[in-house]
Amino acid sequence: MSRASEDSNRRMLRARDEMDRSYAEPLDVPTLARIAHVSEAHFIRTFRATFGETPHRYLQRRRVERAMWLLRSTDRSVTDVCMSVGFSSLGTFSRVFAEVVGEPPSAYRRRGPLAAVPSCFGMRWLRPSEHSAGTEKPGEVPAP
Amino acid sequence: MLNTISITQIYVLDQDRALDFYVGKLGFEVKTDQQFGPMRFLTVALPSDPGHAVLLELPAPPSVSPELAEQVRDLVTRGAGGGHLFFTTDDAHKTHAALREKGVDVPEEPVVQPYGIDFGFRDPFGNSIRVAQMTPQPST
Repeated sequence: MSRASEDSNRRMLRARDEMDRSYAEPLDVPTLARIAHVSEAHFIRTFRATFGETPHRYLQRRRVERAMWLLRSTDRSVTDVCMSVGFSSLGTFSRVFAEVVGEPPSAYRRRGPLAAVPSCFGMRWLRPSEHSAGTEKPGEVPAP
Repeated sequence: MLNTISITQIYVLDQDRALDFYVGKLGFEVKTDQQFGPMRFLTVALPSDPGHAVLLELPAPPSVSPELAEQVRDLVTRGAGGGHLFFTTDDAHKTHAALREKGVDVPEEPVVQPYGIDFGFRDPFGNSIRVAQMTPQPST
């Protein structure tokens, strides 16, 4: 570990924070690489080495997590949820959602309402991961 | 039994930079800055909350091995060092503007949440900081 790798970590973290924050925007690799102050090719490789998955996958999980929350905390339509978390195609959304969560959006919604979860810890801990698909996470997280 | 929290700790990767950030930018005051052998015992507190100090600790030998120190530094810069500070403020928008004015990297705008208005950012090392203007709870 060197000071250069710490600086690199910090840059990647800055880009990851941007995905956490602006997941609903049409974020692309050039934008994120700019935030991290690195080239595009370098960005994808380094992000993966730093956080264990590609920026694309991270952003997908982030969007799916927000969709999971919207599906169970609001009565907005699946299409509306899909668009509002940053997916532009319902087909992609449904496929990615099912792949990550283990069931389609409509089935997930039928699990019933979720307790209100504020930002921050809630958003991190409710996020589906490759290691916990389908598991119920703690429903209620106190403010903030 | 236990009364209050007097000191909490976060890892910082450079204590002078930490002072510049926490004292120079966020408005903390130095409470203790003492050399104890190889360790610089550095605590800061908010003038409005002098009883709660934050220990700005450098991960370094002999407290941890050089290898562990490097691992901690790696985790902190990846945002997984466990350092979190949550603050309250009377005016989230005003505080947000004041921090930006001081040159703090605050990429996020204040967001209205059920519990209040809040925003987050990180210290120069990767520790997470959140500032919230809490919505007063209705008295029952």
